[in-house]
Formats: sequence, C-alpha cells, structure tokens
Amino acid sequence: MDKDFQASLIGELVVESLEGLDAFDADLLALESAASNPQEPLRNAFRRIHTIKGSSACVGISPVERLAHVAENLLSRMRDGKMTVTPVLISSLLQTADRLRNMMHDLDRTGQCEGHDNRDLIELLHAMTDDGVPAAPATFGFFNLPEPGEPAEQVETPAVEMAAVEPSTFEASAGASAETPVAESSAVATPAPAPVSAPAPEARTQREEAAPPDDGGASRGSASENAIRLDVRHIDRLMNLVGELVLARNHIMQFASRLDPVLQGSVQRVNHITTELQQSVMKTRMQPVGNIWAKFPRVVRDVSQEVGKQVRLVMEGSDTELDRAVVEAIKDPLMHILRNAVDHGIERPEDRLAAGKPAEGRLCLRAFHEGGQVIIEVADDGRGIATAKVTAKAVERGLITAAQAAKLTEDEVFALIFLPGFSTAERVTSISGRGVGMDVVRSNIEKIGGAVDLRSTAGAGTTLRIKIPLTLAIIPALVIDCAGERFAIPQAALVELVWMDSQQRKIEYAAGRPVFRLRGSLLPLVYLDETLRMKRQAAAGEYVVVLRADGRQFGLVVDAIRDTEEIVVKPLAKELKDIGVYAGATIMGDGRVALILDVFSIARETGVLNSDAAAEHVRAETAAAVSQTESLLVIRAGGNRMAIPLRMVMRLEEVKADRIERASRGPVIQYRDSIMRVIDLSRSFNLMPAPAGDVVSLVVCAGKGEQVGLIVEQVEDIVEEAVSVRTSATQPGISGSGVVRGRVTDFIDVPAVAAMHGIRGLEA
Amino acid sequence: MQYCTFHLGDQLFGVDVLKVQEVIRGLGVTPVPRAPEAVVGLMNLRGSIVTAIDARQRMGLPPAPGQTSPINIITRTASGVVSLRVDSIGDVLDAESIETEAVPSTAGARERQFTQGVCKLEHGLLQILDADRLANIEITAATDVSRR
Repeated sequence: MDKDFQASLIGELVVESLEGLDAFDADLLALESAASNPQEPLRNAFRRIHTIKGSSACVGISPVERLAHVAENLLSRMRDGKMTVTPVLISSLLQTADRLRNMMHDLDRTGQCEGHDNRDLIELLHAMTDDGVPAAPATFGFFNLPEPGEPAEQVETPAVEMAAVEPSTFEASAGASAETPVAESSAVATPAPAPVSAPAPEARTQREEAAPPDDGGASRGSASENAIRLDVRHIDRLMNLVGELVLARNHIMQFASRLDPVLQGSVQRVNHITTELQQSVMKTRMQPVGNIWAKFPRVVRDVSQEVGKQVRLVMEGSDTELDRAVVEAIKDPLMHILRNAVDHGIERPEDRLAAGKPAEGRLCLRAFHEGGQVIIEVADDGRGIATAKVTAKAVERGLITAAQAAKLTEDEVFALIFLPGFSTAERVTSISGRGVGMDVVRSNIEKIGGAVDLRSTAGAGTTLRIKIPLTLAIIPALVIDCAGERFAIPQAALVELVWMDSQQRKIEYAAGRPVFRLRGSLLPLVYLDETLRMKRQAAAGEYVVVLRADGRQFGLVVDAIRDTEEIVVKPLAKELKDIGVYAGATIMGDGRVALILDVFSIARETGVLNSDAAAEHVRAETAAAVSQTESLLVIRAGGNRMAIPLRMVMRLEEVKADRIERASRGPVIQYRDSIMRVIDLSRSFNLMPAPAGDVVSLVVCAGKGEQVGLIVEQVEDIVEEAVSVRTSATQPGISGSGVVRGRVTDFIDVPAVAAMHGIRGLEA
Repeated sequence: MQYCTFHLGDQLFGVDVLKVQEVIRGLGVTPVPRAPEAVVGLMNLRGSIVTAIDARQRMGLPPAPGQTSPINIITRTASGVVSLRVDSIGDVLDAESIETEAVPSTAGARERQFTQGVCKLEHGLLQILDADRLANIEITAATDVSRR
C-alpha cells in the first residue's frame, strides 16, 4: 500500500480515536452516575469503542483492534442487560481507554504501535465478560491476512461515525462467531467523515505542527452538517491578515479627514467592514471552554478515589467561548485548582456527615461572560478556609507580622494565600504538593492578562473567581513616552494614572527603594528609563502609571502619557524575547513599531514584588482607609477654578471646535462610535464663556449608564489631597466649595449638572 | 552561484542572492533598549515586524562616520526575515567564473565566524558571508569557531 496513503490513514485514525476516547471517558462517567438509566451512555460508549475497533482494523493496527474488541464485547454484554454496572467495571474500561490513548500517541509520534503488551488488561476484561469464553475472533481489515482458522469471507467494515448507522445493525452477542457483513459503501475509503473540507489529507500529515483540531464548529462525535474540519494554520493565517488589515485601516484613518469627501465615504465603508471582519475572524479563534473541561470529570473522579473522598463535579456554561490561546493557558491552573479542592477543600465523607452535610461533596465549575471578560468560578461546599489559620500561617512564614495580621480585612487575608511559599495543606500530598501553590496559579493567569481572587466561609466552602480577557491577539493598551520612545502597556495591568509634579510630590524612600505616597499607601516606584537603561530626559513633571502585577501594585515612572489604543500584538524574535521586559511588539497607527512592556517581568526584575514591599503596602492600605483624601481633576471654566471628582472622569480630550454639532437635545459630538451630549460648563453656571477657539478641551465623564462631555477652558491639574474647608452647596450643579492647594475651588456635582440638561444615568 | 554585494566602508561583501528578498532604503527603525549591540531595532515592513541587524557591528567594524542613510538588505535567514543594514549596495555578481578561496587561517575571529570564502576580483576582494550565521545573534566573535 502506498506509504503516504497509509500515513494519512494513520493520521486520521489517531485524531478520530483520540476524540472518540475523550467522549468514551465522558460516556463511562455518565454511565457510572446514571445507574437508573444507563441505556444511552451505554449505547454511546459501545458505538465509540466499536468505531475505534473498526477503524484500527481497517488501517491494520492489530494491538488497538484487539484491545478495543475485548472492551466492545464487554460493553455489548452490558448493553444487553446481562451485567450490572460496577465501579470496578468502569475503572477497567477507563484503564482500557488510557491504554488505547497511549497507543494512539505512539502511533502519532512514530507511525507504529509496537511494544504495547495489553495481555493483562485483555485477560481482565475477558474475565469480567463473565462467561470466560474468548471473545469473537479478531476480524481483519482489508490489508491484513486472516487469522488462522478464520473463514476468509468474514469482513468487518468500519462503522463510520458520521454515517448514521444504527448500532443494532452490528448486534452480535459475545461468543458469536460471525459478524454480519454490512454493505456499507464507506467500507473502502478512509474513515473520513463526509463533510470534511478538501485540505484534510494534507492537514493530516501536517497535523504534528498544528494543535489538535480545535475547529470552532465540529462537535465531538456528532454528525453535524454545519461543521467542517479545518487546519488550524489556515485560521492563524487569516488572523494575521486581518491584523494587518486593521493596521492599514488605522493608518488610513489618520488621513481620513484630509480626503476628498467622495473618497471619505468609501473609506468609512472600509473602516466599518474591517471592524466587522476583525470581529468575525476573532470569533473563529473562539473555542468553547468545555473543550478543556471535558477531561475534568475524569480527573476529579480519579483524585477523589485516590484520597478517599466522594465528590461530584457540576459544570455550567461549558459553551462559553474563549480565545484558543487563553483556553490553553488556563487549563493547567484550573486542573490545579480542582485537584486542590478535592484534596484539601472537600472533607472526608464521615467528617461531612458529622457536620450535617451530605457525604458527597459538590464542586461547581461555572463560566460566563461579563463586562467584556470571561469569568470562571470554581466553588466547593467543603470545609472552607479559616482566616485565623491563614494569618497564623502567614505570620509563621514571616510573610507579615502579627501586628499587621491583626489589622487585615477578610479580603486581605484571603489575598495572602496567593503569596509565594504559602500553603495551608497539613500534609504534603503527591497531588497538590507544597509550594506549587496559588501563587503559580495566579501568575499563570495574570500572564494572560487575567485576575483571580478567592472568597471563603469557614465550614461552608470556598469560591475561586478567575477573570480573563476574551482574546490575546488584539488588546487595548496605553501608549506612553519614555526617553523619546513610545511603549505600549496592556490595559489589563493598568490601575490608574497619576501626574507627579516634582514640586508638590515627594518621593520617599522605604527600605532603600523610591516610593510614592498615594492616598496614604506607599507605592514602590520603578523608573522605566532606568529599567531600560535609556538616557534620562530632564522633565519637570512626571507621570506615574500605577500597575498591578501578581496582586501587588507599583508605579512606573514615564515621561508622558498618550492614548489608549487597540493594538495588534506581534511576537518578538527569540533574542529579543529573552531580554524579558517586552511582551511583544506592535505597529502603531502611524506605522512605527512600538514595544509592548511585560509588566509582570519588569516588576519581578526590579524586585517590587518582594514581601517587604507587599507587607508595607498591605499595612498602608488599611491606614489609607482612615484618611480622607480625594482625587480631583482641577479645571477652569468661566474664569472660575473648579474641581471634578476624578472617579467620574473617563478621559481628557482636545477636540476641534467644529466637531461639536447641534442636535435637538443640545450640542453633541460623535465620540467613539456613539453620540455624546456635550455641556459647556461656563454656560451651565452662567459664567463668562471663554473666547471661542478652534480647539476645545473636553472632560469626558461617565456614570453607570451614560457618558457626557464637559467643555472646560483649561485642565489645570490632578490633585490628591485632604480637602479642607468645605462650604455647602450654593447653586445647582455645585456640591460645595473648598480650598484645594491653597485656592478656593468649586466642586462640581456631575450627575446634577447632567440632570440639569436632561441627561440621566450619570450616577456612579 | 550569484551574490548580492554590498559595501561596508571600503570593503566589499556578498551574500547568496537567493536569500535576498528585497533592498530598501529609508525605512525607519524603532530601537529596542537592552537588545544585543548588533540589533539596531525593529522595522515595519508592510505590516511585518523585521529585526534590523547592524552588519558593521557584526563584522567588527566601527560605526559609519558622519550622517548615514543605511541600506536595508531584507534577507530570508534561518532566524527568519531580517534586515542587514549596510553602507551601500553593490552589483549582483556571478561567482561561477571567479576563483573562490577558503578563508585564510590568519583571518580574525569575526571573519572566520561569518565568512564562507574570499573571491579575487579585478579590483579587490569580495568576502562571501553566511547570511544565516550573520543573522543569528547568538553567534558572536567569541563563539567557539570549531562549531562550524
């Protein structure tokens, strides 16, 4: 037989069998837990193992065929109702699946399946099949010689999963000597599902490089006509091209206003189509999170058996979709969390009963979309985490002092669990281990721009909440200037921006490192130009970008802050990746390359993540709760000095005056895909309006449901201080006056001002 | 065997023309702080990010004097597509008819790392360089030469 043809057949076999084995596992587990209605899982399990047997026979892989055959006989008897389902039976079948999987992997790697001795398992399965009669003689595929004594006409055709063949057609009770030949025309061809797309054969031989087929549509084992199998590299290529289109589009948009109006219309069309295309292609990278969850019930079952607990895993939201790369990245952390929960979270059955709980513990895995992110929750109804134990352990390990421990809130206590070197496990088990703790889980999740936190009630259970971004390929980022160059910082790591006027702000030193007092807490500072070993440019004011890494915050000192943009992340060459501080590169709207900073690595390299700083921060945060400082944006409007609470401020914009248009409700502006109302503060407060220029300063404020642009004469400062001397409100829209930096300042009540103009929904 | 030749100072070098994708002048470079010395920075080549390598630094030559506008030889190498930044571009030479000699043992460390051979031309020498090795920043003058 043609060597390439054989290789592609083997490739197909491996892919389909591995998928089938995953489904087989799920069927066995379903069978185990659905003792009262076993028919459907039994039929499914039988069908899957039957397919594997037939396909492997067709390709001529006898070891697989032999083992699958014995398992098939066993399942056949079970299906006939001649055997009861016991855990021992299920375990043996699961073990069979594992052996088959190993053989498939071997086949995949080497093209051969040698040296697998499954006689022990085969004998065990035989014995279980109850009558001790050897199973029906192994039927042969087209390319093997018949076993001695086998009549030559006996031909078994592979049951193609996609062809809807009723399993009963292949009904054969164990011990029967003849399998009914079936005149299925699928006999000769490769057991390829009919709707596969044309490139499938090449795709198979190149399969080693591609990830296991995570096509968005084809669900495991079902003959869905709307699904195709597609080489993952085609999708990646498509993604790249769309990424480049997005960049080119961004570049064109920069000049859009200078274009001939006729051309502008077309440019707008291209703009919209590009955005939609980007969204559509991003969707092809999306994979249901259930794809990695599929293995979890088995893992939970195995671990529970190993540690003698009873645990039931419930999964909700398996069809929640995530970017492929993100799904891969969270697989291990989730596995670790589940193992932890079974091993340490859920109590032993007798302890549970004693506590008035059902003997079987419940582990609930939930995924859903929220606010542009995906949330995954792992909740158990186990023994929970006692805060006293956590603080005791933290003190014992020198992570915090007893005095600090006393002042922590419950959330802060749980946050301690994520510190490196922390583990409350009483025994070191082979499963969860010591030190491979939550800190590793958290850093893995933060590496992809996510966050994780924990809540628990002692005696009742623990819930872990993981938040992850929808995609990694295109991310929102903040662009900053440093030493004359531009860099991008992923917005996922961004906490806030602070302007540090060198006269007003003092940099203090704690434990030899520069720190910055922010609302009473001390923020360790990292000078980006120093970290990058660039020449410091003298700057009177400096900006601090407050970033979050590994659950802690630090400030990155940069020269200027530019815009927030959606950037396409491009990987770096290996030598540049090795530098460590860069997460990738991107091409800005003007065509220049900018480097993307790796926040976590910068933090780790400069040592701002060490425990001393963390402990200090924890202490300082609690102290901060007591002080009364506020963040304010100080502006001038109508000649008067005013302040807007910074928490209401979304962005500061400078727009051309002619972008403000008139509408029936009042002046509006087209802002970021929506139409936003604009309020001239000087007019609102009946003050002298400033002379009209061709550029207008706009403060974009947002509340829960709405946003509004406030026209001001000038943005003066962002301040952070305890405000003194407050007088009460004197006119609508003003919540009072106070002294800010030695000058009398009116405080604007943004929701009230908006309401004055008929805009609701700005309450925070 | 044809070579795309270029000048660094008054020396003439050449790389396999089949590896050369294009030659571009005037493409901006974004420096990469803390990158190895040979890396000039990153360039945007029609939407792809390409690493720019300083050929002078690789060959141990001092930086070009005065105002320079280097030429980018976009080359497909084992390390991916890179730009070799050179002083100026020369002709494509056919080495079939020219005598190529091995690199003399008296040559310096850098020459031996990157040079595949030397051709005697009518008016001087042409040093044939191995583009793959040149682009692989991990190979420096100090790298063990016996690995060749």
